[in-house]
Amino acid sequence: MDLKDKLLSSFLAFENNVDLDHPVHEVRSEAIKNFEEKGFPSKKEEAWKYTSLNGIQKVDFSIFPKKENTLEYKDIKKYFLHEIDTYKIVFIDGVYSSYLSETTHDGVDVCLMSAALTKPQYKQVIDVYFNKVASKDESLTTLNTAFSKEGAYIYIPKNKVPKKPIQIVHLATGNEAALMLQPRNLVIVEENAEVQIIERHQSLTGNEVLTNSVTEIFAAKDANVDYYKVQNDENTASLIDNTYISQKDKSIVRVHTFSFGGKLTRNNLNFYQNGEYMDSVLKGVTILGEKQHVDHHTLVHHAQPNCESHQDYKGIFGEKSTGVFNGKIIVDKIAQKTNAFQQNNNVLISDKATINTKPQLEIFADDVKCSHGCTIGQLDEDALFYLQSRGIPKKEATALLMYAFANNVLESVRIPELKTRINKIIANKLGVRVGFEL
Amino acid sequence: MLEIKDLHASIEDKKILNGINLEVNAGEVHAIMGPNGSGKSTLASVIAGKEEFEIKKGSIALEGEDLEELDPEERAHKGIFLSFQYPVEIPGVSVTNFMKTAINASRKAKGLEDMPANQMLKLIREKSEMLEIDRKFLSRSLNEGFSGGEKKRNEIFQMAMLEPKLAILDETDSGLDIDALRIVANGVNKLRGKDNAIIVITHYQRLLEYIVPDFVHVLHDGKIVKSGTKELALELEEKGYDWIKQETVV
Repeated sequence: MDLKDKLLSSFLAFENNVDLDHPVHEVRSEAIKNFEEKGFPSKKEEAWKYTSLNGIQKVDFSIFPKKENTLEYKDIKKYFLHEIDTYKIVFIDGVYSSYLSETTHDGVDVCLMSAALTKPQYKQVIDVYFNKVASKDESLTTLNTAFSKEGAYIYIPKNKVPKKPIQIVHLATGNEAALMLQPRNLVIVEENAEVQIIERHQSLTGNEVLTNSVTEIFAAKDANVDYYKVQNDENTASLIDNTYISQKDKSIVRVHTFSFGGKLTRNNLNFYQNGEYMDSVLKGVTILGEKQHVDHHTLVHHAQPNCESHQDYKGIFGEKSTGVFNGKIIVDKIAQKTNAFQQNNNVLISDKATINTKPQLEIFADDVKCSHGCTIGQLDEDALFYLQSRGIPKKEATALLMYAFANNVLESVRIPELKTRINKIIANKLGVRVGFEL
Repeated sequence: MLEIKDLHASIEDKKILNGINLEVNAGEVHAIMGPNGSGKSTLASVIAGKEEFEIKKGSIALEGEDLEELDPEERAHKGIFLSFQYPVEIPGVSVTNFMKTAINASRKAKGLEDMPANQMLKLIREKSEMLEIDRKFLSRSLNEGFSGGEKKRNEIFQMAMLEPKLAILDETDSGLDIDALRIVANGVNKLRGKDNAIIVITHYQRLLEYIVPDFVHVLHDGKIVKSGTKELALELEEKGYDWIKQETVV
């Protein structure tokens, strides 16, 4: 049985465990129909030209873990940003782990999607927001919607700021030979509220894991949202991340994606601007080796006047790794005075590494500032000579320049401890001497 | 200390240096002057080991050791320093950390341990004060957003930190106002000693009023066409480079 058939038959089993009369189940039923019709995207589709899901579909994934697994915090502490106090929503093999988590209902809701989708007190919010910005015809998103049951639910009411950042951590124990996970997150940040979220998917063994995740983020007027995705997984773990963001007037949403590992990673990051004077920030650092593959597909849809977007993705590709950057910007006819910037710079440090980069601009307004730039190159020879002439050996100088190149993106990270952590991961990846604090 | 014999060098088959002979001894300051395109900066880059240039003929030796096969970093470890005409901006690496990395790389090449942090800080403080460099400046990204004068001052700061045997100052005076020029020249003069040598490459005589050379050479079409003492620089200033060009033709 191929993966599609297995998923379709699993949906029947899934229905035994959810409330079929809940309005959300209608959404699920619609979604599974769409997936049944479309199936997994193939390389024939333009958006999937450089990323093949063929290999993944041949794996015999468990759709539901057979038993509940437990982990000791000390064994997995390193996967958390443990230097600071945070709220934590932790899942082991897709199942919520209450003893590793720290949720709250103190003025804000930092809790579980399963609660939000079943308990009456959340119904009103779910009715308004659930599956409202996520695509209803993109097949992998609808696949996730069909199985949506568990994930993080974060609701920040008007004028509220949570006491600390929130970590969403998914751990895969490897107790299943191959496991598929489909977390569903919903983040609602009301007027003038703020939140900082760090998300990580981590496999603990070399067993195969496939995560197909959907996150919906709603930022109301004057809201301020920081979302950090830390992707530094094992070489047998694949991630398809579908993130949909709806922004209102004067809100700022920044999404940072740090892609340092995994087997196949696809980041579909979609920003929909539904208001004026807002800013969307999309930043990424990708450092890959071996046969790793990362595909960043971004969309920023400017639908109203006087808005900005800033995209800056940097990539370093070694060995046989492959990268894709496809950045689409749509500026509607009424979206005058739009400032949309897009930058994608790549360095290939091996003859066998490849990058495909493509800006896609669809501009229908006439009074806009849009700039885009894609570069693929080796390191600046003059800079290398400069460092060498000061006695820094070529290898170290190369690492230092790559470090500086990637590090530039971190300026907008607003959690200092996270910045330091990412700095260290970058330094380790590039072989820059440990203790070289910048 | 430095011995250059019949040096011919090219870039992409374009001949730039056409038989340079130059001997620089410890304790000496040599000025190399010449019109634009005469090969001054190329000579500096070739001595420092820039790969794009190919040595077609002749030799460069430092203290009797041939340099041709050495990488730029190995030449730096032997005591060669080039103050760049256009220092490269390196965002994300602070001046202090760059200096730490450079000094410890040289120490490692000599089989020494890393310089202890307190000693490093003391050295940085001492040398930055000498060049009247603000402490805040040291935590900024290397050369990023620096003014022309700040870049040049930073080059001489690096020279002071690394204490080279042979320093080559490539157009260190360009982009400097008179106050900055005086500070930079004072710094260089403090670094003059009987055991090291300096080559000053400049288009104008102005810098040589502050860093007084023992010898002046005039470069034209990749060759040294005239050598003399500091008076030659004055004569050049007065008569212009056309005088040299005409003399060469004759």
